Amino acid sequence: MASLFQRRRSKATQTERVRERRHEGFLRYANFRWAKISGGLCLLIIVSYALIDVTPRPSGGTWYGYTLGTIGALLILWLTALGYRKRKMTSDYWSLKAWTSAHVYLGLSLIVIGTWHTGFQLGWNVHTLAWVLMMLVILSGLYGVTVYATLPAALSNNRDEMTQMQMLEAIRAFDRQLHAAAQPLTPEDTAPVLAALDEDPFAGGIMARLSGRYPRCATAAALGALRLSRSSGAEAREKVVGLLSQKEAALARLRQHLRIRALLEVWLYVHVPLTFALIAALSAHIISVFFYW
Amino acid sequence: MSDVVKVAIIGSGPAGLSAAARAGQLGMSHVLLEKTDHLSDTIFKYQKGKRVLATPERLDLRSDCRFAEGAREYILGNWDEDAANNKVNVVKHADVAEVTGEKGAFAIRTAKGDVYHAETIVLAIGTQGNPNRMRCGGADLPHIIYQVDDPEDFKDKHITVVGSGDAGIENALGVAEEALENTVTILNRSKDFARAKAKNVSDMMEAGENGFLSIRTETQPKLVEPGWLTLETPNGDEKIECDVIVARLGSVAPRGFVESMGIEFTGPDREAFPKLSPTFESTVPGIFVIGALAGYPLIKHCMNQGYDVVEFINGNTSLTPADEKDLAAIFAGLPQQKSVTEWLDYLRERVRIFADVSPLQMREFMLDSKVAFYRKGEVVFEKGDPGSSLFAIADGHAEVEVAPGVTVPIEQGSIFGEVGLISGRKRGATIRAGADSIFVEVSRTAALKLMGSVPGAKRAINRISLERQLLQIFKGGLTVEDLGPVVDVAEVERIPAGKVVVAEGEQGDDVYVIRSGSMVVEKDIGGKPIFLRYLPAGSFFGEMGVLSGAPRNATVKAAVGSEVIKLTGESFRKMLAARPQVREATEAAVAERAQMNSFIESRKASYSSAVDLYSDTAGFIMKEGLGEATDALLIDENLCVGCDNCEKACADSHEGLSRLDREAGKTFAHLHVPTSCRHCEHPHCMADCPPNVIHRGPDGEVFMEPGCIGCGNCMRNCPYGVIRMEAAPPEKPSLLRWLLTGFGPGPGEPSPKWTKKKLGDEKPKKIAVKCDMCKGIAGGPACVRACPTGAAIRVSPEEFLSIARLQEDAG
Repeated sequence: MASLFQRRRSKATQTERVRERRHEGFLRYANFRWAKISGGLCLLIIVSYALIDVTPRPSGGTWYGYTLGTIGALLILWLTALGYRKRKMTSDYWSLKAWTSAHVYLGLSLIVIGTWHTGFQLGWNVHTLAWVLMMLVILSGLYGVTVYATLPAALSNNRDEMTQMQMLEAIRAFDRQLHAAAQPLTPEDTAPVLAALDEDPFAGGIMARLSGRYPRCATAAALGALRLSRSSGAEAREKVVGLLSQKEAALARLRQHLRIRALLEVWLYVHVPLTFALIAALSAHIISVFFYW
Repeated sequence: MSDVVKVAIIGSGPAGLSAAARAGQLGMSHVLLEKTDHLSDTIFKYQKGKRVLATPERLDLRSDCRFAEGAREYILGNWDEDAANNKVNVVKHADVAEVTGEKGAFAIRTAKGDVYHAETIVLAIGTQGNPNRMRCGGADLPHIIYQVDDPEDFKDKHITVVGSGDAGIENALGVAEEALENTVTILNRSKDFARAKAKNVSDMMEAGENGFLSIRTETQPKLVEPGWLTLETPNGDEKIECDVIVARLGSVAPRGFVESMGIEFTGPDREAFPKLSPTFESTVPGIFVIGALAGYPLIKHCMNQGYDVVEFINGNTSLTPADEKDLAAIFAGLPQQKSVTEWLDYLRERVRIFADVSPLQMREFMLDSKVAFYRKGEVVFEKGDPGSSLFAIADGHAEVEVAPGVTVPIEQGSIFGEVGLISGRKRGATIRAGADSIFVEVSRTAALKLMGSVPGAKRAINRISLERQLLQIFKGGLTVEDLGPVVDVAEVERIPAGKVVVAEGEQGDDVYVIRSGSMVVEKDIGGKPIFLRYLPAGSFFGEMGVLSGAPRNATVKAAVGSEVIKLTGESFRKMLAARPQVREATEAAVAERAQMNSFIESRKASYSSAVDLYSDTAGFIMKEGLGEATDALLIDENLCVGCDNCEKACADSHEGLSRLDREAGKTFAHLHVPTSCRHCEHPHCMADCPPNVIHRGPDGEVFMEPGCIGCGNCMRNCPYGVIRMEAAPPEKPSLLRWLLTGFGPGPGEPSPKWTKKKLGDEKPKKIAVKCDMCKGIAGGPACVRACPTGAAIRVSPEEFLSIARLQEDAG
């Protein structure tokens, strides 16, 4: 009986720690636990800031400012540790999803912690530099959260059960067939086909990768040229045109794949270096505060 | 050749050679007949430098020939020396064609026409059989090979594959791998590829279209010359370049040959072995069978048997087998003091399923078994514990806890734990010793082998397990006597995947119990089959028909190849009539199911799309073979950012190799089933593991213990392609060092290039690598822990397709 079985299962699940029956994204993790914690923290800061009257005026130098500054600095270091946590496969129990969730929400809370720490005193100095860098890191992180939330489905739809290797393999297969099919063509028609064969699917640079536009695509050029050309035999030319348009479709799929993956990754090239710049500026800020204030 | 030798040994593999060496040592007149021009053809045909492992380690070697783990060349070299040192009288090129005569006067005729006379015969011909050879001119040239061990041995060669069965196509595809730069041609005598699997044919056609190999139909070889091959094509003869010919023309299994001598087998199945006495004597007096043909595929077993069999023939009756001390150790912990033979006889007399087992088989089973003494009241296993071994009661009795506080005794001579054996699921009830008892615990593999080779044991186990399964399902209030009439008319049916067992709207009152595999229940709602429920092994269905007499209200079909027990409605009804409380319990179960059905039906009206999605998702999951999964990795592609951290985590948690391929695999409605082990209920990989190192662990995981010999059987048997044959890469520099200096390959599996550079000329042995569900890692599966977005989870199908899911989706 099915019910008997469910009971047996549920006993088993008690002993296993990682046991989720459904997919739950990092934003929704544990019913928005970290969103609540982070929101509560921000609220606490905003309210206490309004209630506590520090003298002579709110700034990073008051006891209240130091408290927020210490929390913020420690938080920044902890948030940076995600990069290490992600890569260090220790055997104890932890969930990277929980870490990501906390990283996102606590990272956002830094907007309040950092800004309220300044007492809204900004200027052209190393202290404000740290604040600006922090805001930029958060901004890039916000982009990351947005693409993580919106792009995976598109990535999945586009690849249609194909792996990246299979996409490349498909293009290579068309190339081999093109090579054979282009033999009967006249030299004038062969030239664009050869150029298409020489094309590196990865070439085009960062802008092409991110925009998905490849204006100098040799395959598209060859397709255009052969459609207009009348110099070779019609049958051979049609076969090549057919293969070229198949290759173009395969290329389009691969490029879209690479584009989405690039969009999912590109922000990390901003987020991570800026984090290190932030830590450097933060160190300068802390040292200068303690030694030269 | 009219001298009569005492013993003729046919086959010079480890078993035959060891037998001949013993005969040589004893000064016994003998002849060792080998069909090829070298000793031990099976091992000779291994690829160059292949490491041969000496498993099982606990078994001592007893032979006049040496054997220890080492490269193929080292082992063959040793054996050649040992054969000479022991004065083995070997005759090469002696392919035995026919054996006539009887004990004391056998005549052995070879294919060349020579006749050898012998008093006794030792058959040690292995199980490989003779590959069919090419029949054209030049067919004996050395560049014709009959198997491809490792396609990577061939680079930049012109290779022609002759034969278009599965083996030929697989070899051709293997050597046609682009990176190897071979020019591959496959020949087929006829027009189509009727003998091969459709998948292989389509893969080959695709490779042909892509220019990786050339496929030539209606073509056969005519003349083989070094470097060249002349083909007979429909358009006349043609000469092509050819450095290597791979001939895959099928082979003749040795069974026919063995049976032609009058030797009987244990059964008609492919797995059957010759019937043997404790001294390896077959049903034909004077003919002894040892080695792989006798059911012992490991080299050490074979060599020990070769030694033993010649000692037996020489009249040594006091010889105890090499495993004597291991068996003695197994019996050591028991309160009574008996010799190994006495213990074996004791068990055979007292346990029903061992009654028909021969003493030789008994030794073998006991080596894979444990015997333990239990005090009264001691727990043998708890309900819900993992475990697939079978227990037999040699002394005392056991108590099964069928419901809290209710126990049923199992008498001496009977068995328990057989449900795990058949369905591979966790233990269904707690068992205690009812008195001071001795229980024998037989491992699943040994028990399956027992059932395969001893029909009496199989019958006994099947009957008992059926009774128990029914008792379990209709818990309480039933006795074995009540079940008698039901079990008498019960039939076991095999259901292929996708086949309908019960069709909606049909009349019928048979009740079915799922013995192995799983079923899905569907109902036609609004012209579309809607998934209602997943039934794992151990569930029953069809009972609504018996109780109400109404036509079937849903369709039940097999999710994977399954076995069901069919009980007739009449006997079932009689049983219910005799036991009203069982009837009540059954009616309650029916009501519960009916309620669920009507819930889905009512939701279908208002939340049609949610029900459709649930149903289609279930259909997809079943189509992907997850019906036989106990724990599968499922990725939600609405969340997966493609970072491959799961793969990296997997590699870093297991000696540097990833056991999963995230990107590969099917997807439906953004639900992705990656290429990764599902820990099947009946693991296909376990089916044929010569060193028997694949087991099911405490959390249901199917894992491999050390001792893999790299044969690749499990990889080939896995229908889901989740087992890799790979050597562990060398140690990587630490993560911190990589983070700080960029030195080394970083997290995840190192690139083959890095591994190659690091290893230099060393070529470590490739062994099977598969997911072990992060067994022994406290944190649980690394792939799930390391997913940054929550896209990866590990679930069983019944957890994933719970009705709660639909309730959430449909609101």
